[in-house]
Amino acid sequence: MSSSDKQLLDKNQASEERFEFAYAPSLESTDVVKIKARNLNFIGGKFTAPKSGRYIDSINPATAEPLAEIAESSAADVDLAVKAAGRAYGTWSKLSGQERGRYLFRIARIIQERARELAVLETLDNGKPIRESRELDVPLTAAHFFYHAGWADKLEYVLPPSRRQASWTTPPSRQAVRGSAGPRSLGVVGQVIPWNFPLMMAAWKIAPALATGNTVVIKPAETTSLSILLLAEIFQQAELPDGVVNIVTGGGATGANLVSHPGIAKVAFTGSTEVGKLIATSIAGSSKKLTLELGGKSANIIYEDAAIDQAIEAVVSGIYTNQGHVCCAGSRLLLEESIASIFIEKLKRRIEKLRVGNPLDKNTDIGAINSKTELDKIQALIASARQEGPVEFFEPVKTTLPSTGYFQKPCFFAGVSSSFSLNRIEVFGPVLSISTFRTVQEAITKANDTPYGLAAGIWSEKGSKIHKTASLLKAGVIWANTYNKFDPAAPFGGYFESGFGREGGRHGLLSYLEVT
Amino acid sequence: MEKSKALPIPKTIKLFINGEFPRTESGRSFQVMHHGTKKTFANLCQASRKDLRTAVTAAQEALPAWEKRTSYNRSQILYRMAEMLEAKRVEVASLLAQTCGLTKKMQNQAVDLAIESLVYFCGFCDKYQQVIGSVNPVSGPHHCFTTAEPVGVVGLIATEDVDFAGFWASLAAILASGNTVIALLPTNLAALTGLLGEVLATADLPKGTVNLLSGFREELLSHFASHMEIHSLSYQGYDNAEMTQIRKLAAANMKRTVGPVRDILSLEHLIQYLEFKTVWHPIGN
Repeated sequence: MSSSDKQLLDKNQASEERFEFAYAPSLESTDVVKIKARNLNFIGGKFTAPKSGRYIDSINPATAEPLAEIAESSAADVDLAVKAAGRAYGTWSKLSGQERGRYLFRIARIIQERARELAVLETLDNGKPIRESRELDVPLTAAHFFYHAGWADKLEYVLPPSRRQASWTTPPSRQAVRGSAGPRSLGVVGQVIPWNFPLMMAAWKIAPALATGNTVVIKPAETTSLSILLLAEIFQQAELPDGVVNIVTGGGATGANLVSHPGIAKVAFTGSTEVGKLIATSIAGSSKKLTLELGGKSANIIYEDAAIDQAIEAVVSGIYTNQGHVCCAGSRLLLEESIASIFIEKLKRRIEKLRVGNPLDKNTDIGAINSKTELDKIQALIASARQEGPVEFFEPVKTTLPSTGYFQKPCFFAGVSSSFSLNRIEVFGPVLSISTFRTVQEAITKANDTPYGLAAGIWSEKGSKIHKTASLLKAGVIWANTYNKFDPAAPFGGYFESGFGREGGRHGLLSYLEVT
Repeated sequence: MEKSKALPIPKTIKLFINGEFPRTESGRSFQVMHHGTKKTFANLCQASRKDLRTAVTAAQEALPAWEKRTSYNRSQILYRMAEMLEAKRVEVASLLAQTCGLTKKMQNQAVDLAIESLVYFCGFCDKYQQVIGSVNPVSGPHHCFTTAEPVGVVGLIATEDVDFAGFWASLAAILASGNTVIALLPTNLAALTGLLGEVLATADLPKGTVNLLSGFREELLSHFASHMEIHSLSYQGYDNAEMTQIRKLAAANMKRTVGPVRDILSLEHLIQYLEFKTVWHPIGN
């Protein structure tokens, strides 16, 4: 960066600071939410106490205080839920697509009506800023139900069917039917979802499963089970037939019981690559279908001809949105060498302005880390990475963290090599690693140098360069001159160790249908 | 044609790796017999784990060239494969008769179906994208589209349940979308390794795009399934124990696993070897 650039930045900052004022707290009221002290499983359309008789605390990560108790389900509880889903499948799968769609439309509408309540509960339970739960999580949850509702009576258009009589099937003795039988539902689907977007992940899983005529047993993460149980009340309000969606809460053991249950026809999991591999191994001998949305270490490539100020905003939201608890977070920033120093300088100034604190404050940019376990993990990774050698570590100086609750300052490591630990390991926190490149080929090679392949960002004002880069990046979602955009109509999912199968769009439905 | 009086020169059958015909590095061999007799037809290479690794490296290196070919070009090369197979019809039929005991009618049918499958998937190269890609109507000022890409390096394990034509159909479905492949032939077809290699070597495929191994499934299956640079493993067979073993080992690098499809000449077959990529770009000034 030239000294005149620096002078200009300093001058701008000085004039900004002259007019700078502190934000007064603007707290969202929690009155709209009534949280029950004890929350039960949702099985066969009824809230049901766990046979295990055991409960675990759900903590508000912004205060570290218990918020409520949730059931810790045993194998017997899971069995009850799978059986309820199995009974419901008989009728649900035979309903007309039009009728199934109507239930989903109803659900979408009620989610919109009760949006505030859902958003506040999501923020209390998860720790994410109310601004995000209100503007991203809840609207997308409603949108997913609404989008998939309309698919329910159009499933024959998901994959163009082969109408001709199959002239050649192998081996003929094993063939069940001749010709295309059309898309068919699978049965009871077992779904396990993570804590980073509890409602949205529930919608991504439940909506396509129901639209395609399957029934569901779903297990939310044990630290974020409250919002999906409110969704269960919405299912009741919508008069969704009993047993079509069943919710069992609990930890990893409950999830393991669910995926290994013989009554499940398909497993859908979103979470870490480590657990995804365990699930894939554990069901290897069964005929269960499997889709996995796993981790990532997504690269955000900034070419020198990018719109720098826009890119700064997207880099910041790409990695610090939702405290960095995003599977597709742009956690590896790749800067073209010629703009690296000015970009980093601007980035620092931008990060200094991020407001970290009470998630219920409408001004908050970065809320609470979801749990003590996650906070400890993030801090340990940062601490060990700082020992790794000559890299620059930055965290904002002026930012102060609340005295209670689980909070972490946004930070980055600059000047890192491809082998730098945080360029390899998914941190799942507000930690960015920055390296540089000189040519398009080097950018692509570095971006692809990971076992993951979930997402990537490209910043350039030159169309041909964007298309070339996009075609060579090995990732399932490419954001060009934007980042972290989601839509129910846009297929989402990864290459390689980021999992397989897509969620959203026409392609997402393929995971819930038998088409061959 | 009158038979030559000269002592015939039997063709040595070798592996096909990276566009060349090497012997197995292990120096091992196994015998195949003239069908229904105890008379040796040939000594075939018993490929080793090392041969598999060499073949994977070749397939990996061939991938950028093959996947970036235009669809039209890939299509023409698949057609060229059909041309080359047609030209070798007599030799293929003779081998199928001698080592598999196929009747004249069955030989012809095998070659006909193999050629039909090559021509079928040749025609799909520049069409599947329009059929299964999409422009996504997202609610915001963005152009968002989803395209199909090859999965990458594909392992193909064909069992004795796969006949000659079925093997070609699998190859064609894998190649049509730009994947590269390492195939292990079933023992009943292993004697054709060399001949198939000759077809592939003369079809203008970039070297390493298809690699053929002969050998024992019980030895190589776990090496295929656990290889970290194979992105997808297609198991064309019906043995649950083998499929379970594959799925267990495949989890190490989240390799996709593919089983037999019902309708062989179909989009559903081709789609097994695709990966979907969604690209977003803002619409604005």
